[in-house]
Amino acid sequence: MKQSVSFKLNNQNVSVEVNGDESLLTIIRTYLDKTGTKFGCGLGDCGACTVLIDNEAARSCMILIEDVANKEIITIEGLATGEILHPIQKAFITLDALQCGFCTPGMIMNALGLLIKNPTPTRNEIINGMEDNLCRCGSYNRIVEAIEMAAKEMNKKVKI
Amino acid sequence: MKPDKIDQLYFSDVNEPIKFDRREFLKKLGGGIIVVFCIGKLSLLDGWGKNEAVDELNFNAYLRVKENGRVNCYTGKIEMGQGIITSLAQVLAEELEVPISSVDMIMGDTDLCPYDAGTWGSLTTRFADPVIRAAAAEARETLLNLAAEKLHINEDQLTIKEGVIFDINNPSKKITYAEITKGKKIVKTLTKKPEIKKAKDFKIIGTPIISTDALAKVTGKAQYSGDIKLPGMVYATVVRPTVYGAKKLKVDASALSDFEGVALIEDGDLVAVVHTSLETANKAAKKVKVIWDAPKATSNTDSIFQYLEDQITESSVFKEAGDLLIGKQISIRIIDGKYYDGYKAHAPMETHSATCYFEGDKLIIWASTQTPFGLRDQLVNALHTSTEKVQVKQIFTGGGFGGKIYNKQAIEAALISKSCGKPVQLVWSRKEEFMYDRFRPAAVMNVTSGVDNKGKLTLWDFDIYCAGTRGTSLFYGIENNRTRMFNEKNVRGDSHTNSLNNVSVHPFGTGAWRAPGNNSTTFARESHIDVTAHKIGIDPLEFRLNNLNHKNMTATLKLAAENFGWKKPKKEGHGYGIALGEDAGTCVAIIAEVFVNKNTGEVQPIRVVCAQDMGQVVNPLGATVQTEGGITMGLGYALFEEVEFNGGNLKTRNFKNYEITKFSKTPEITCIFRDKMDSKPEGGGEPAIICVGGAIANAVFDACGARVNRMPITPERILNELNKT
Ligand code: FES
Ligand code: FES
Repeated sequence: MKQSVSFKLNNQNVSVEVNGDESLLTIIRTYLDKTGTKFGCGLGDCGACTVLIDNEAARSCMILIEDVANKEIITIEGLATGEILHPIQKAFITLDALQCGFCTPGMIMNALGLLIKNPTPTRNEIINGMEDNLCRCGSYNRIVEAIEMAAKEMNKKVKI
Repeated sequence: MKPDKIDQLYFSDVNEPIKFDRREFLKKLGGGIIVVFCIGKLSLLDGWGKNEAVDELNFNAYLRVKENGRVNCYTGKIEMGQGIITSLAQVLAEELEVPISSVDMIMGDTDLCPYDAGTWGSLTTRFADPVIRAAAAEARETLLNLAAEKLHINEDQLTIKEGVIFDINNPSKKITYAEITKGKKIVKTLTKKPEIKKAKDFKIIGTPIISTDALAKVTGKAQYSGDIKLPGMVYATVVRPTVYGAKKLKVDASALSDFEGVALIEDGDLVAVVHTSLETANKAAKKVKVIWDAPKATSNTDSIFQYLEDQITESSVFKEAGDLLIGKQISIRIIDGKYYDGYKAHAPMETHSATCYFEGDKLIIWASTQTPFGLRDQLVNALHTSTEKVQVKQIFTGGGFGGKIYNKQAIEAALISKSCGKPVQLVWSRKEEFMYDRFRPAAVMNVTSGVDNKGKLTLWDFDIYCAGTRGTSLFYGIENNRTRMFNEKNVRGDSHTNSLNNVSVHPFGTGAWRAPGNNSTTFARESHIDVTAHKIGIDPLEFRLNNLNHKNMTATLKLAAENFGWKKPKKEGHGYGIALGEDAGTCVAIIAEVFVNKNTGEVQPIRVVCAQDMGQVVNPLGATVQTEGGITMGLGYALFEEVEFNGGNLKTRNFKNYEITKFSKTPEITCIFRDKMDSKPEGGGEPAIICVGGAIANAVFDACGARVNRMPITPERILNELNKT
């Protein structure tokens, strides 16, 4: 039986006709064509599929689409405002915190979730918060530095 | 530096361009100035681009200064995170005097790019860079020529900046590349070595450049082969056996009637279902019952080493000198060692993926592959068609590390698409990725070393099972030595290949894994050098310096030791370890500091210093990122990664039971490069990783006294050794 599930994706209202037991990842990638969010394992082990749900980082491969009804979802595509990149995106570029780029969207979204919860994390808090996002290319140190850099930038903005 | 024999064999036969008539390529291209060149055997031997006149139509890369002044560089190489999309553009921009932003790299498209054997072996920078530079220099000369004609000025009075040629004495007299090339079509072949820049004149080479693809990757716009969506496309799920190598006996697909719109595909041992919904395809595939004939298990995670030694009885001498008997006689200590390395997965974050469709009878495919042209040829075979009927398109690849050169997923996708008559997407699950990976083979290394009373190595007897000889040429001066390779029967060269026609000794597919073989043999050699040094009570750094017979390696080691502070006092429970190695022409010295918890056996990497002599460093930022990445990845094989199995039944199926390096295990990493801007560049993507195992093993020993001779160096193995003492 198909059901209609509505939610907000990157600030736009969307509605999908689904069975309900599909993963959020499948729906955003294959129905809604937002392929920036990646499939790395489908088992909750790698974090490549991380998105924000109501401002919290979540693994979209482990979430059923029917459970996100009326929620607000942000994917990597929803981060920049027009041409203006989010400070985390900027920091990843500045520090070359990526190689193949496949883990990158998940890393950035998880970092955003972390910085929303804790805008001034210590290095250890960043490492703990990012721990279960995997990067086979081994960009971890640069990613930590990028998050530190972005946190500074984001905090500056708040003060203005 | 001349490549040694095995390298020569290995590289020349994979990288020699195949002779096709390339005239059609050039016909298809629009106007501008085109320089064709060959990245291949000749450039390998000479280090710099130089081709015979007969090679005119034998090019495998070319660049084109377009009529709008932008520059296209076409190469069959691909970008998978190693950063060549940036560094190749960088060397081109340097010689052509254009900003890097006006260079477009067109990579790995089999219709647009000339033949290339594949992206591996840290070959790109070593062999493509010099040739691309030479071609760009050639294009620059041609442009200067034309400018001189147009401006009526002598060529040596002209200078170039950012794609504009002007009179040195009168900068208002100028002409742009776009203006020069307009309406022209000039094709040049690179037959001689043109004047290329000296290091002192570099403006772009040697400066850190941020990856040119970073913007696409942080915004989610970068597309990988599982991101393509085609009208009418179906998702395919393959029904797999539980044991590698099982053959299909019987298929019962009766349960598929519960799923509307599902189609069953059968093609030999390939059984798959397709559906317009990915999840339905997945669910339906689970309901297909296949009876498989599975091969019997002959070895498992622990018995494999003995099994390999028992099975492989033939060997060949790779290198020998002096006399082992004499070596024994003059040694005051003779030390035997046995070292083991288990199977490792490539485990790229992107699983093997492919999307394809037929346009008439021509297959168009995007695939995560390191070998687009190899894939094209495989597809031609699988589909019984001809070369013009297959096009592999340019796309980003989410990590390869040597694992994406076999292309099984793409062949499956193509066969399924042909069979169902629809565009198809196939993305392997993580479990499939762990089953059909071509793993780094398990290896055994037996070493006997001897030393005299002055602490000089007098004997080195090295037997290698299944790790090949890459990087095993001795850089220590040992008069009496022999290196033998025990390999699968009839396998030549490197052992990462699966057996050719015979049955493999390995229970599942094996293949090239970032610096094939060299991770295992370097671990063994450098562990054993340490063991030997400790046995005679000499500091491992001093022992190495005393025995090295390789100027560049000595200098590289000294550089690492200085930066690391080898003499610095250690904290309680901390240890230092050194490993040296050579790969793809690059000398590597790694020194690691670890902390070992003696109660739990857990290892925490603290810091790693890596010095490298890689000749000219084109993009210091890119090279640093690659080195850091290699070291981080290497910590995984050194400490955690082990494929568990019973025969072809792989118990390792996901990241829960295959641990790779994570944030918290990543140490502080310092990369240093010897300053050699005037030399030719050597490999950068692989070398650093080879030293991680040895450096960690030696540091663990230094920290707690446990000598673990089997990778990964797990807490359990450390505790075992500690309990022995
Ligand atoms: S794809 Fe969701 S955690 Fe790996
Ligand atoms: S950049 Fe390749 S997996 Fe992280």
